[in-house]
Amino acid sequence: MTNAVTPTVDLRSAVVLSGGFPLLSGVDLQLLPGSLTVITGVNGAGKTSLLRLLAGLVALSDGNGTVAGIDLKNGDLRELRRRVGWLGHEGSFYDDLTVRENLTFAAKALDRPLIEIERALQRVGLSNRIDTVTKKLSAGQRRRLALSWLLIRRPEIWLLDEPYASLDDEARTFFDALIADVVRSGATVVLSAHDKLRSEALQPRTIVLGGGRIVSES
Amino acid sequence: MIRTALLVCAKDLRIEMRSRVLLWQVLPFGVMALLLCGIALGPARAGNSSAGPGLFYLVTLLVALLMINRSQSVEKTPGTKASVATLGLDPAGVFLGKSLALASELWVTGVILLAGSVLVLHTSLHGAILALPSVIVTLAALAVAGTLYGALTSGGDGAATLLPVLALPAFAPLLIAGERSFSAALHHGGIWRWWLILSVALVVYSAIGILLYGVLEES
Amino acid sequence: MKQLSQRLFGPLTLTAMGVNLVLGLWIVPPDKVQGELARLVYIHPSVAWVALYVSFGTAAISSALYLWKRTRSVVMDRVAHCAMEVSVVFIALTLITGSIWGRPAWGVWWVWDARLTSSAILGVLALGYLALRRANDDPQLRARRSAVFGVLIAINVPIIHFSVQWWKTLHQGATVFTSNRTLLIHGIQAWTLLISFIAFTMLFFWILRYRYRLEVLRENIAGASLEEALSARRREGAQS
Repeated sequence: MTNAVTPTVDLRSAVVLSGGFPLLSGVDLQLLPGSLTVITGVNGAGKTSLLRLLAGLVALSDGNGTVAGIDLKNGDLRELRRRVGWLGHEGSFYDDLTVRENLTFAAKALDRPLIEIERALQRVGLSNRIDTVTKKLSAGQRRRLALSWLLIRRPEIWLLDEPYASLDDEARTFFDALIADVVRSGATVVLSAHDKLRSEALQPRTIVLGGGRIVSES
Repeated sequence: MIRTALLVCAKDLRIEMRSRVLLWQVLPFGVMALLLCGIALGPARAGNSSAGPGLFYLVTLLVALLMINRSQSVEKTPGTKASVATLGLDPAGVFLGKSLALASELWVTGVILLAGSVLVLHTSLHGAILALPSVIVTLAALAVAGTLYGALTSGGDGAATLLPVLALPAFAPLLIAGERSFSAALHHGGIWRWWLILSVALVVYSAIGILLYGVLEES
Repeated sequence: MKQLSQRLFGPLTLTAMGVNLVLGLWIVPPDKVQGELARLVYIHPSVAWVALYVSFGTAAISSALYLWKRTRSVVMDRVAHCAMEVSVVFIALTLITGSIWGRPAWGVWWVWDARLTSSAILGVLALGYLALRRANDDPQLRARRSAVFGVLIAINVPIIHFSVQWWKTLHQGATVFTSNRTLLIHGIQAWTLLISFIAFTMLFFWILRYRYRLEVLRENIAGASLEEALSARRREGAQS
């Protein structure tokens, strides 16, 4: 009897097309629970597309894949979206709502207790901006807001698109500690970055993408 | 579904309350359009034309197009779209919620434009009050259909110009039924046929939206 | 057998069209009231029938079948697209022949007649369908949105028809049947009319078949350039 751990992410020759243009052109990838993976590559290499595929936000055009046990071709992508946590580099909230209103909307949509909102904001250091309208937050603060939302949700897969963009050194250290915690708790974390990660707290697997394919791995 | 609908509706209305796009951009446009209608009729007929109900609905349609685009654009920023998609909200609930919010905004606009047409186009106040129930139903049907057409065109190339091409032909029956029932209220005519068209449109668009909004929201 | 019927379909369509023209233009006697003008009855109603029922019906059914997961296929999307494109041509013909008929009958090219107005509105909807397809690059998104709009157009046909009809009507009453289904025209006129309906319906399906083939060829070319794009993307990856 084998005791193999089922991968959270299992992609086989995954192809993603957009308007006839290949964003991913045959990606094979297996990720285990409690793992941290960094995807790097130049602009247009396919980093965001890969993350969006794993989040169920774009359709798999060819090949096969499962994420959190859900088939990317024939499975319920809405259920997949509920199970992954997504942090995009655009900042992902309604600009005209306050921090509290944004988080309350999201928490109610997913049946999470509202009490966790303040706790999560405290953890990311944003409690003092709870009644600020989101469009008035700085880029770094928006990133913290998005993180607080992921803390409330506690998804089994964290997909973070360029999370280090617009973070200062202090915020980076804080962020690394938080990710280390999340990985320890057994979640699968995939993040994209321009360069290899230079972090003492984290020892990730690094995948280099180029032209929509995996070029190298370390 | 109802829970999601109420949640989305409250969120959309809150965004509107804070951004005040309706108050500062849409309503002034509607009032100006009403004045232009009077100017187009000419000095002799601006104040005593029987075209009041039709012009009221024409202006309301134009205003509705702006509001439909606005209703979709709050969901359209890439980040918001992704984060809302990851909430896995029930699409039927989102459709109903957005329709309800749009209907509420259209009702407010409708009442103001109705007052405007009484004031500047000299439509009878008594008739306008009698026409109010049909105006409410027409605008509700417009909101439901508009939410569907808005989702259909959002995000594509030239969404703002595509919406009128797709939606206006479908709005034509609503304009006819609304105008006829308004005129009937002014002149005590029969209105059951127009109520039938309005009710059928309201029910059919709601059903289609509940069934198919999810298909439109998939990316 | 299938191939033979496919081969015969074109010549049969052309024969039916030819018979319709000969009967309608030369054999059938002119009308007592409208004279030679009445010969348009062998073109206009059948063109309108194809535009508003056959082609819209084909597009609506294939759109609905696309939306139903069990029958969802690219074939349904293609059929809906091609049928709607052909319907635009037939609606234009309906409006043009209607105007030509209307000018001597009513004295103007355009009147606010119920059928004319609703045909024009439905024509804009059909154009909207084609505009919607052009506005979306992603094939799957385009197919889904078009299918939803195809179904919406079908639902709009009766709503627009009745609203405009109740709004105002000037159009000539029913041509073939009275309201209690009694035949109004007889003999060679009735037969010619029947042939015209059959001929134009066949013409629609004949054009649709060729338009569909053209679409498949166009997609094949796009598919070939996709293969090229995929290998270019892979080369790009190997270089970086």
